[in-house]
Amino acid sequence: MSASPMYEEVSEALSSVRPSAVVTADGLSKCYGEGDARVDALRNVSLAVDEGRLTAIMGPSGSGKSTLMHILAGLDQPSEGTVSIAGVEISSMSDAQLTRLRRRHIGFVFQFFNLLPMLTAEENVRLPLEIAGVKPDREWVEELLVTVGIDGRRKHRPSELSGGQQQRVSIARALVTRPTVLFADEPTGNLDSTTSRDVLALLRHSVDELGQTTVMVTHDPQAAALADRILFLADGRIVKEIRESTAAEVLAAMQEVTGR
Amino acid sequence: MIKVAIKGMLGRKTRAILTGLAIVLGVAMISGTYILTDTIQQAFNNVFQASYRNSSVVIGGKQIVAEANNDPTVPRSFLAKVRAMPDVAAAAGGYLFDQIELVGHDGKGITNGSAPTLGFGVDPSESRFNPITLTAGRWASGPGEVVIDTGTASRDHYRIGDTIGAKGDGPVGYYTIVGLGKIKGVSIGGATLASFDTATAQAILHKPGYDGIVAAAKPGISQAHLADEIRPLLPPHTQVRTSEAQAKSSAAQVAKGGKVITYLLLAFGGIALFVGAFVIFNTISITVSQRTRELATLRTLGASRRQVRRSVLIESALIGVAASVVGLASGLGLAKGLNALFQTVGLDLPQASTVVAPRTIIVSLLAGTIVTVLAGLFPAIRATRVPAISAVREGAVMPKSRRASWRPYIAAATMLLGLALVADGLFASSGVGAVLMLLGLGTLLVFSGVALVSSYLVRPLAAVVGLPARRFAGTAGRLAAANSVRNTGRTAATAAALMIGVALVAFVATLGAGLRNSVSDALNKQVTADYVVTPNSTNSNSPFPTGEAKTLAALPGVRAATGLSSDRAKAFGKSTGIAAIDPAAFGSVYHFAWKQGSEAVLSGLGNGAIVDSSYAGTHHLSVGSPLTIESPIGRIVRLDVKATFHAPQADPLLPNIVISKQVFDGNFPQPKDEYAFVSVDGGANARTTAKLQHALAPFADTTVQTQSAWVAAQAQTVNQTLDLFYVLLALSVIVSVFGMVNTLVLAVFERTRELGMLRAIGMTRRQMRRMIRQESVITALIGAALGLPLGVFLAALATRAMTSLGVGFHLPINELVVFALIAVAAGIGAAVIPARRAARLNVLAALQYE
Repeated sequence: MSASPMYEEVSEALSSVRPSAVVTADGLSKCYGEGDARVDALRNVSLAVDEGRLTAIMGPSGSGKSTLMHILAGLDQPSEGTVSIAGVEISSMSDAQLTRLRRRHIGFVFQFFNLLPMLTAEENVRLPLEIAGVKPDREWVEELLVTVGIDGRRKHRPSELSGGQQQRVSIARALVTRPTVLFADEPTGNLDSTTSRDVLALLRHSVDELGQTTVMVTHDPQAAALADRILFLADGRIVKEIRESTAAEVLAAMQEVTGR
Repeated sequence: MIKVAIKGMLGRKTRAILTGLAIVLGVAMISGTYILTDTIQQAFNNVFQASYRNSSVVIGGKQIVAEANNDPTVPRSFLAKVRAMPDVAAAAGGYLFDQIELVGHDGKGITNGSAPTLGFGVDPSESRFNPITLTAGRWASGPGEVVIDTGTASRDHYRIGDTIGAKGDGPVGYYTIVGLGKIKGVSIGGATLASFDTATAQAILHKPGYDGIVAAAKPGISQAHLADEIRPLLPPHTQVRTSEAQAKSSAAQVAKGGKVITYLLLAFGGIALFVGAFVIFNTISITVSQRTRELATLRTLGASRRQVRRSVLIESALIGVAASVVGLASGLGLAKGLNALFQTVGLDLPQASTVVAPRTIIVSLLAGTIVTVLAGLFPAIRATRVPAISAVREGAVMPKSRRASWRPYIAAATMLLGLALVADGLFASSGVGAVLMLLGLGTLLVFSGVALVSSYLVRPLAAVVGLPARRFAGTAGRLAAANSVRNTGRTAATAAALMIGVALVAFVATLGAGLRNSVSDALNKQVTADYVVTPNSTNSNSPFPTGEAKTLAALPGVRAATGLSSDRAKAFGKSTGIAAIDPAAFGSVYHFAWKQGSEAVLSGLGNGAIVDSSYAGTHHLSVGSPLTIESPIGRIVRLDVKATFHAPQADPLLPNIVISKQVFDGNFPQPKDEYAFVSVDGGANARTTAKLQHALAPFADTTVQTQSAWVAAQAQTVNQTLDLFYVLLALSVIVSVFGMVNTLVLAVFERTRELGMLRAIGMTRRQMRRMIRQESVITALIGAALGLPLGVFLAALATRAMTSLGVGFHLPINELVVFALIAVAAGIGAAVIPARRAARLNVLAALQYE
């Protein structure tokens, strides 16, 4: 995909008028503690997550990447700045409002899968719909189970599944509500490299085929290389941004960021 | 390692406290029981010491027949002889602790529950012998004067100079209050005191002689010496005791009665401790498995198995000691609570200042600590099986016990052994002690067996009792149902603790239903009268004078009105019950189930006796046999057996020997009626009831009831005992609720990350609370589902053993439903704190929780 500078300029100009950004953050700061013990996890971060794209957030540990994702997902409150999801400002929402927001707009994929051990794979996938009291769309659930490749193991409990399979179930669970944005927190952090590749391919597939807007926090260059856009964080700031890149490029960028 | 144990416990304060609470209650029950009963005993000791503090010897009637209404009295003439003795400084005849009821403004007796109404007759010139200490006014002297206790004066608004009624063996008389008093160092509870001069008391009580003569020795003469001097001069049927011996023997008699209460309460304390042991076992087991990684790390650092085991044991020992100390202290408060409980069921006992005996401290601390350490033993042993590798493994779980496969067999063996002991106790053994021992031990084994097997029952039971949650509580309910079977062993142990309390409650209720029925059956079979007249006072020891029956008999429309007097007599060397009837009238109010003889015997009873068939069998009596008895005042009465009858095994109104009123009145002191039965033309109806009530108005001390109302009331008395048991068993249920709280708190803690995930994917706080609550309710219902049938089954066994007593098996459906609802409420209550904790979890922190 090579586009002329002209095209990029136009599209950027367009995106500022057309709300193609489903998650926007403006001037986010997050600090913990006070005085000498004060730690600035985020310093004046602004960004817009593109709709239907896979955005990766990378950075060395302590760079604030997880904090950023938590704030974007409404799990944490910024010290300063605002976050909007689907055009709604969430920074000042109550717990009940945030819960509703999560039901409708957000999907999560966790590093440790976090499946309920007493439910089967299929039951785990349907769980968000049940919690929200929404009648599950049978065909959609079916399609998801096939897409993530666990339709043959739907009656198995998490303890009977491999790590990769568990993470696939977890991805299906995140997709089942057709969320506005899916947040994946180190989705391959607990998987071996082969399994990681499968899971990443699945995430990429959901972006390409389902148009699922996805934000992924990772420190794995292989994972980041699958993203459409990669943001590098260091010391609580976005210090670099690159578009689709190879793993080697990502690694180089990462080293550049860390070396600074 | 000790440091690790202590630090570990301090780091888990909430858990340690919740665990400890399970033992605190049981220990508090034990210490509270001892404190209460010791305090009551001390109060009685004080009363008796006060009674004889100024006397050296006490001359009293010598008991001939045990448990008789009256013992022989001391002839009045003997007082002069005692006074004339050279070593006697002073002597007085008098009446101590007799029954004299005060009568209030409304003409009704002043009684507080079943607290005693005590009457005294003391020589005013020798008032030092009065156990009462005067607080205002002066001693009663002369026929119109009385001293009453300060408690009654303030409760019923009497002052010196007021007039108050009093009644012993005769109609109500009226007296001027000239003084107020109390017994020093004792709160007498609801008891009333009325003190008269000797002659007035004698007139009220209708006693021929004195209850006792007290004498003070001259200085330098010992109590024993004076007693020895008096002994040869004693009239027949009297005895002399030093006041010290007299006080001791009186106190010992009270102590004998108090023992039953002590053992009863201790048994309930023991049950609470047993339930507490389950809770401790479960909590420490969960803690150990949650600490798998920590324990494994210790192993990698070089800790030996022994050290690991010791660290867990030390932790339970520390909890045990701390909880026992708290329990011991809480016993002080609980003693007050128990006393209040007894007051509400009419047992108003005297109080002294609180007594905490060394025995109380030792037993409470040892019981609490030993139970806790024993309960911690299995988890401690399991802790040693944690392999070091678990330190580096994510999600490592406790290895299964090697003996796990034996468990069903152990459970079955325990249960069978328990059942065998229970059956042996119920059907084969005799002697109250042995039977209770077997029943107690057997029941404990049955409970343990069921608890062991219950982990296999959790799944099927949860499938049934979890149905409403799954059906009506949405996803939260479905998740709760799934959560409740996640760790069946844990759910089982939690539910088993509740099961014990529920089973005992169900047992008591079922047995009670059977007893209620047997009481009404037995009474309905016996009493054919239309009305029954009973003493007003709930004090069962206050029979009424025989005037009532005579008054009623004279009314038009009354076919028969006749009293039933009873006392005890000595026959075949033993005290046995005896009753007196009016042979002409009794047949028309009572149905005899004749064995030998018939209704015709009654008219010609004369010097004859009607004897209970089983008593007759034991003593080889049949119609025509001679039967000699001795009355409580030493009269020898020769009777012939004229008939034998089958008295019902449950609630017989008639004792072993029944004789005519005429013979009875001449030989037994102060005959009084326990009941009067009335038959009327046309049966009971409202008009006749009103007529009878009107006729009885002058008699302050009796109530008239229709036969059916009376029978119902008698059956209801069973309920009072049941209520007392329910309250005491509530303690065990509360302990098991602590266990439920504990398990849930630990589960919330353990599932922190999972709960965070649920919140992250859209679960509301309300759903979260509901999920925890439903899990708790399901656990509680499993406990009820185990306990209710078990209790009913044990009660079925017990009623089977009591069929000869006419006790049948009746399923108290209403009560059982209520118990199940209470279990649900307990589940909801237990979930409050854990649910709140779960709902308040910070989603982000929970997700990052390791």
